[in-house]
Amino acid sequence: MDARAELVLQAIVAGLMLGGVYGLIALGLNLIYGVMDVINFAHGASMMIAMYMTFWLWKLFSIDPYVAIFVVVPAMFVFGYFVQRVLLESLIGTAPSNQFLTTLGLATVLQYSAQMLWTANFRAVQTAYTSLTLRLGPVSMPAARLTALGFSIVLAAILFVLLKRTPLGRAIQAAAQDLRGAAVCGINIRHIYAVTFGFGLAAVGAAGAIVLPFFWVAPTVGDTFNVPAFLVVVLGGLGSMPGAIVGGLIIGLVTSVGSALLPGSVNMVAQFATFIGILLFKPSGLLGRRFL
Amino acid sequence: MMLESTEQMHEATQRTRLRRAVGRLPVHVWGYAALLALALLFPLVAQRSGYLQTLGILMLLTAYQGCAWNILGGFTGQFSFGHAAFFGIGAYTSTVLFIKLGLTPWLGMIGGGLLAAAVGAFFGYLTFRYQVRGHYFALAMFAFAEMIRFTVQNLPALNKSVGFLVPLVPGATHLFQFENRLTYYYVILAMVVLIVAVSSLVRYGRWGYFWAALRDDEAAAEMAGVDTLRYKVVAMALSAFFMATAGTFYAQYVYVITPGDTLGITKSLEGLFRAVIGGLGHPIGPILGALVLTPLGEFARSLLPNSEGVDLILFGVLLILFVRFMPSGVYGLVQSAYRKLRRDTTHVA
Repeated sequence: MDARAELVLQAIVAGLMLGGVYGLIALGLNLIYGVMDVINFAHGASMMIAMYMTFWLWKLFSIDPYVAIFVVVPAMFVFGYFVQRVLLESLIGTAPSNQFLTTLGLATVLQYSAQMLWTANFRAVQTAYTSLTLRLGPVSMPAARLTALGFSIVLAAILFVLLKRTPLGRAIQAAAQDLRGAAVCGINIRHIYAVTFGFGLAAVGAAGAIVLPFFWVAPTVGDTFNVPAFLVVVLGGLGSMPGAIVGGLIIGLVTSVGSALLPGSVNMVAQFATFIGILLFKPSGLLGRRFL
Repeated sequence: MMLESTEQMHEATQRTRLRRAVGRLPVHVWGYAALLALALLFPLVAQRSGYLQTLGILMLLTAYQGCAWNILGGFTGQFSFGHAAFFGIGAYTSTVLFIKLGLTPWLGMIGGGLLAAAVGAFFGYLTFRYQVRGHYFALAMFAFAEMIRFTVQNLPALNKSVGFLVPLVPGATHLFQFENRLTYYYVILAMVVLIVAVSSLVRYGRWGYFWAALRDDEAAAEMAGVDTLRYKVVAMALSAFFMATAGTFYAQYVYVITPGDTLGITKSLEGLFRAVIGGLGHPIGPILGALVLTPLGEFARSLLPNSEGVDLILFGVLLILFVRFMPSGVYGLVQSAYRKLRRDTTHVA
């Protein structure tokens, strides 16, 4: 195999690994949007908080990031539950802009609070597997990224099973399909909304914990993930759960293969063109707006 | 009430008439006059304090950004989370034209405004075409601005992340450079007066009614024959034009532009915060917002001098509180206070 083909193959594998994480982030975004019609502009900032949690658990208590998931995910769920109950619930039924303005305000508060508490410095964790690489034929795979992909698949599967097969999941689906009908059937909408927001932040929190072994954390890291996440949901279809996965993998591939083949500036322009192209030709996204 | 003579009676009716005339004037006329008087008196107070002058300039600049954002966000209800794109286009266009072609930033400001208006109209057309809902537009604008920032950061022709220094020509008024800081104050004050005049004219003119109609009920506006796409694109172009001129002023005032600074998300938020907290949809709402936020931000920073961003935490909290408890903003507070006052005076009369 020649060097160029090897490079592309390598980029495809890297893209899939990145795409898995993007997919997980976008799943949380689309879950919240699909059920409540709210775009969570505090999504990236929430991920940043989860990353700091993971970082401090490692720094102060030497807890491995993959173990920290079991602390971070429930914590983010609780955080999301209360964000919905305290900040967003009373805005239901008022102008639609009120809810996303509130999430924007929350994002600002989270980001600059992090900066105030932990400075703007970039931090990273050092683990035994940070620089570990696995080789499969011509392709080398950083172990941490591979693990991240594995976790993304497992967590996405859990979320899908939860939504499809459990009574709670069916209640969430019902709320997404027909709010009034669901309420008439005795579903406690306020609770379901808060649980949904909790799941959304739990998903992005998990993403934050699993990327930390190969990424850095700073108060601005949320912005780094916000843009790809928004691209993913626009591409896959706003509010579509399968669309989040498909969009995540595509954007991961485009980013990775693009940066392998094209120089930096052109790669950015390519992403930009993709975005404009979606808006021009397929504004409803690849999989439309169906929730599940 | 018993009156002794016709003369007294005449006097009393005169007084009542005057009171009624005062009461009948819409609140914003008084607001305009009071704010302008305040702005013109400020240099007397700030004559010896460079700090106060800087504060005044930044307050007016953010008020101006808020007014520009308000044309789209307030008048048409389309919330942009990416107006930094237009701010940056303005800053870069005038600076690059000045450095490469020697064109005076006075003209570069117009050029940047027109370029931003064209970009804004194009992007507005893309996103508004399918009557996408409000939050989709906010998200698309956010991504749009961030992608412009990434692109500029990677373009060697635009000096990547380093940006540009505006070449200093001390005292060259024709090149938009002033030795006296107060001159900057008067320039931005004139710009604010202009944008308030323009946005008042359009808000209470033909376009403004179309905008209000499509903001309040898009389907009904369509039914009534309003070309909603066209008027949203028009608002976007106008808003982008003014935002870009703010970018040029900024470049000429600080003499340094970088993508992180002029195209970053913070620049998108500056105008939004002033407009939403000040009062959406009223031409002077953002000015009230700036009047409240700038001193509050300075106060917060003086309390915690070592923590950068404490003012933005405060603004974020205020945004959440205002959206929840006072959606009509500072303007709404002033208006209801004024109405109460007017009711009291008419009771007396």
